[in-house]
Amino acid sequence: MDASSLTKRYGAKLAVDDLTFSARPGIVTGFLGPNGAGKSTTMRMMVGLDRPTDGTVRVNGRAPHAHAAPLNEVGALLEARSLHPGRSARSHLRSLALTSGIGRSRVDQVLELVGLADVADKRVGSFSLGMGQRLGVAAALLGDPATLVLDEPINGLDLDGIRWIRSLLRGLAAEGRTVFLSSHLMGEMAITADHVIVVGKGRLLRDQPMADFLQEARVETVRVRASSIGQLARLVEGAGAAVELGGDAMIVEGLSSDHIGTLAAGAQITIFELSPQSASLEDAYLALTRESVDFRADDHDGRLGHAADMSSDEGAA
Amino acid sequence: MSETTTTAGTGQLTQPTPAGRVDWHVTLPRVVASEWAKLWSLRSTPLVMAAMLAMAAFGAIIGHNTRHPAGLAPEDLVASGPLQGYYLGQLLIGSLGVLVVSGEYSTGMVRATFAAVPRRLPVLLAKVIVFTAVVACAMVAASVAAFFIAQAFLSGYRPTYALSEPDVLRVVVGTGVYLTLIGLLGGAIGWIVRSTPGALVTLFAVILVLPVLLLLFHGTRADHASAWLPTGAGAAFSTSLHTPGELAPWTGLAVMVTWVAAAYAVAAFLLRRRDA
Repeated sequence: MDASSLTKRYGAKLAVDDLTFSARPGIVTGFLGPNGAGKSTTMRMMVGLDRPTDGTVRVNGRAPHAHAAPLNEVGALLEARSLHPGRSARSHLRSLALTSGIGRSRVDQVLELVGLADVADKRVGSFSLGMGQRLGVAAALLGDPATLVLDEPINGLDLDGIRWIRSLLRGLAAEGRTVFLSSHLMGEMAITADHVIVVGKGRLLRDQPMADFLQEARVETVRVRASSIGQLARLVEGAGAAVELGGDAMIVEGLSSDHIGTLAAGAQITIFELSPQSASLEDAYLALTRESVDFRADDHDGRLGHAADMSSDEGAA
Repeated sequence: MSETTTTAGTGQLTQPTPAGRVDWHVTLPRVVASEWAKLWSLRSTPLVMAAMLAMAAFGAIIGHNTRHPAGLAPEDLVASGPLQGYYLGQLLIGSLGVLVVSGEYSTGMVRATFAAVPRRLPVLLAKVIVFTAVVACAMVAASVAAFFIAQAFLSGYRPTYALSEPDVLRVVVGTGVYLTLIGLLGGAIGWIVRSTPGALVTLFAVILVLPVLLLLFHGTRADHASAWLPTGAGAAFSTSLHTPGELAPWTGLAVMVTWVAAAYAVAAFLLRRRDA
């Protein structure tokens, strides 16, 4: 699946701004960004519900409208409630299956797969959010698609459901499918996705393997307080580290605490405090997307390393 | 990532089926089958039944009330007299036409529908086909029933009509056709307006308000314009009584069909262009 210079403008608002990325078969690609970053709009364009203002999306080499067997190409879960509440789960799936000549046995199969077989004949309007989400997943899987596009699939799921969908998605990717899912939760993505695409304000911020993203996020810094902090700062900078001075303390990035301690001893500087700190994943993500959430000027310039001083407030990682 | 309970499920999927290996192509007959299933799993579909019953009940009431011809208006005495229940029936059938489409938008079902049929136009076409088939059968049957019920009430009181008489069959079947076309018009408005309340208001404005508004300009060219509205033109086809200024029956039908076709042309154009 390839997006190329994908752009969507609603009046004066640029929802998606020149996005180019691709999602490969066999892995789970996470699409990450804060609310309003343009994730849903991008996914709607992938499925052909929205027309790009500019650029193209190709799934399995073709535009969404050009597939002869669309459900077999792309399975989509967009907003959870894409169904008529007056129908039963079975008749909802059946009405979608009929468009492509998909048989009753396949409908029963996906109902079984998502764990809704027992409530298949209940009105969908009576379903909980989690059950609705499972039905959406069933609809996405109906055509045994090569590509899955799932918008916030864990929304409304309980812990069991989240575990279930996580292993389902990994299983689907392992079968050689392209799995593309969005989330605004960094922690969830870190567990589920192999590759991550981060967007903010409609723009591409990161497109890299999850392992690399995690590596970058895990920036080690050292907080130092010492007798002559200015002198130590110059020494540390001379050794190739980045320094952020604040009062009688500094944050050092790129030098271990052992190294800093040795430098201080050599210059006969007394160390008051020498504490290694590591930014959490959530912090790194927040720092990355912060500037895209709003343009408020603050101390953070958006670089991963400078999020270190936020590590004290424990996020919901 | 290998909890047995959950991954056991994914095993059932087997390997991904490359496109084309199974015949899961979208075809018009298949979309028609889908729309057929959708129509019958919708709770508003009994509106068809309500419209049929209204037609038959009005046939009985009008038949009963017009047994003695003295003092009755001419339109009550002609063959189309007992079919005047269509006036209420058209609101029900028009509403059904709207709901079949706007229901998709109000519930969000349309996203699932268009994800399955990204080309969209087959959905519009299939809805037209299914709606026409179902509603035309039901409305012609209702109209025929209303006609015969009324004749049963009238027999022995005043001369009755038979379907074999000139223009009677046209009027009786024509009333069913008129109702079907109003329902289709509702569907087209549903595609264009998309929200249920908005589409219902638009439909009622077209079939009820607009003709009345034109009455305000009575004696001017507006009289003539009214005959060219969908309702005025359609009525020319489904009534036995012709007043000057009204279109000829078959011209009336042609004009009404043109209105409906034009509405669908706009609907199809917008459907292809707009975001779902």
